[in-house]
Amino acid sequence: MEILVCARRVPDSSENEIQLNRAGNDIEREDLVYSINEPDNYAVEEALQIVAKAGGSVTVATVGTDEDEEILRREMAMGANRGVLLSDEAFSESDGRGIATVLKAFAQKNHYDLILTGVQAEDGGAQVGGMLAAMLDYPFASLVNSIEVLEGNKLKIGREIEGGSKELSEIDLPCVLSIQTGINEPRYVGMRGIRQVASLEIPTYGASDLGIDKGSVGAAGAKVKRDDYFIPAAGKGAAMLQGSTEEIAGKLIELMKAKGGLQ
Amino acid sequence: MTARIFAYVVHKSGVADDSALEMIAAARKIDPAASPTAVVSGWGPEVESVCESLRASYGEVWKIAKEKLAYPNAELVRSALVTVLPQGSIVLLPHNHFGIDLAPGLSIRLNAAFVSDVVGIDGAEGPWLKVVRQEFGGQVSAHVRCDISTGAVISVRPGAFKPGEGAPVAGLVVDRSADVGELSARRRYLETIVPEAGDVDISKEPVLVSIGRGIQEQDNVAIAQELAEAMGAVVSCSRPVVDAKWLPKSRQVGSSGQTVKPKVYLACGISGSFQHLAGLKGSPFIVAINKNPKAPIFQVADVGIVTDMLEFLPELTSRIRAMKQVSV
Repeated sequence: MEILVCARRVPDSSENEIQLNRAGNDIEREDLVYSINEPDNYAVEEALQIVAKAGGSVTVATVGTDEDEEILRREMAMGANRGVLLSDEAFSESDGRGIATVLKAFAQKNHYDLILTGVQAEDGGAQVGGMLAAMLDYPFASLVNSIEVLEGNKLKIGREIEGGSKELSEIDLPCVLSIQTGINEPRYVGMRGIRQVASLEIPTYGASDLGIDKGSVGAAGAKVKRDDYFIPAAGKGAAMLQGSTEEIAGKLIELMKAKGGLQ
Repeated sequence: MTARIFAYVVHKSGVADDSALEMIAAARKIDPAASPTAVVSGWGPEVESVCESLRASYGEVWKIAKEKLAYPNAELVRSALVTVLPQGSIVLLPHNHFGIDLAPGLSIRLNAAFVSDVVGIDGAEGPWLKVVRQEFGGQVSAHVRCDISTGAVISVRPGAFKPGEGAPVAGLVVDRSADVGELSARRRYLETIVPEAGDVDISKEPVLVSIGRGIQEQDNVAIAQELAEAMGAVVSCSRPVVDAKWLPKSRQVGSSGQTVKPKVYLACGISGSFQHLAGLKGSPFIVAINKNPKAPIFQVADVGIVTDMLEFLPELTSRIRAMKQVSV
């Protein structure tokens, strides 16, 4: 099975305090820790596990700049057969539809039986997978938390729905699935693995290589634009306990006693 | 004047989702004069009762009753909507597991702009609709503009828009079923697997010590278990802990886990994503313990402590143990 995984490099919000820059028009990107978007990493692991059983190969693609190569190498160190950078001045400031347009053009130049994305990016809208599927006229499922390859060119998939329930469906190939975290346990990537793929070439394709009309992507094609970031007016906010650890623990115990938190 | 606004209403067991009324509030933020139209798809008595109930709040309810729509399959619902919706419509739907499945592809088929998980709407200005989203786990918000000149699909965060006290209307149910042709899907629903019950039912516990990503490794789960034991509480968790397989799914609080209603909720190393908070009902007394002072959990907590939970919890445990020994 030929599998394409669409991945992104994002600031990791669990590792960073996200703050506004001085102009207030963006987040402060100095000193941010970037990594592969977490659900995308699960998607790559899932692709590797499918290929280990069913054969085929895994390609990881990202729409971005040279800086984003690092996540492609990381996923190649995990076992992906190739990484591909889709990069062009014209792609910058794309909205979700613009990103999906670029990925569609790349997917159509090759043949993939299965296309995986992460369910959502840190700064994204859980949208590119579903848009890509509609553009390619492939079936789609979101929030996928299990995949089983069936006979007859189809998959049995589970989706995470409310209350911890799982919705099972059959889906025809080729299809696009957005992968939820927890579907598998992504393998560890050590420095040694990264070094081994450090010199591998990562092909880069731009708008003209992919036959993309520059007006349909980037800022020119965007129907959705972010004006600025802001910190929302705080709600009532928590009463912050201050002092030494002993003092804080003492105050907290009194509060919890009063609220019935100590049985 | 903006385009005609539709609200796709999801329902279960013949009852409309809470988002049905929230979407009316959202529509009025787009256009204060808006009279949005509800669209309901389904089959049998269930779809009939949902349409009937919506007549009290929507001036017009479009019914699409088809046997193939008995189970909500996003691919089939999309085909039906693309057939009946006029060009340039604004379509609202909830940002839940069904909206996430349906909305992005629908926007492509309608050639409409798409904004997901909207938490605020600042109104229209020329071709632009101005909305508010949250990014980076809710740590920052963004003003986003969306070109609605060819229509828009907007998924709204459940609970973000408060239903207004609209006067009851006697809405009209319009049957659009005949306008929808033969439906066929390349994804076929099989069954729903309900999770196995865990060793404890966290939904019934009055005091929860809940852990998140801040627990860092599996061995540290014991720190929370010891505190819970000392308090007479039970350990629950947020999604990353289940993803890492450190606790079973039955311990997860959130929209994709359990809904809990404790008296006291200790959120330890939990950032407080809206999916997590959606599982927390009944206005508990929330204590947030987190290293990151920007964590959204501090916005909803009653009491906050900025500290490393891994150092703080053992201290708290030993003090509670000492206190209990004295009182015995």
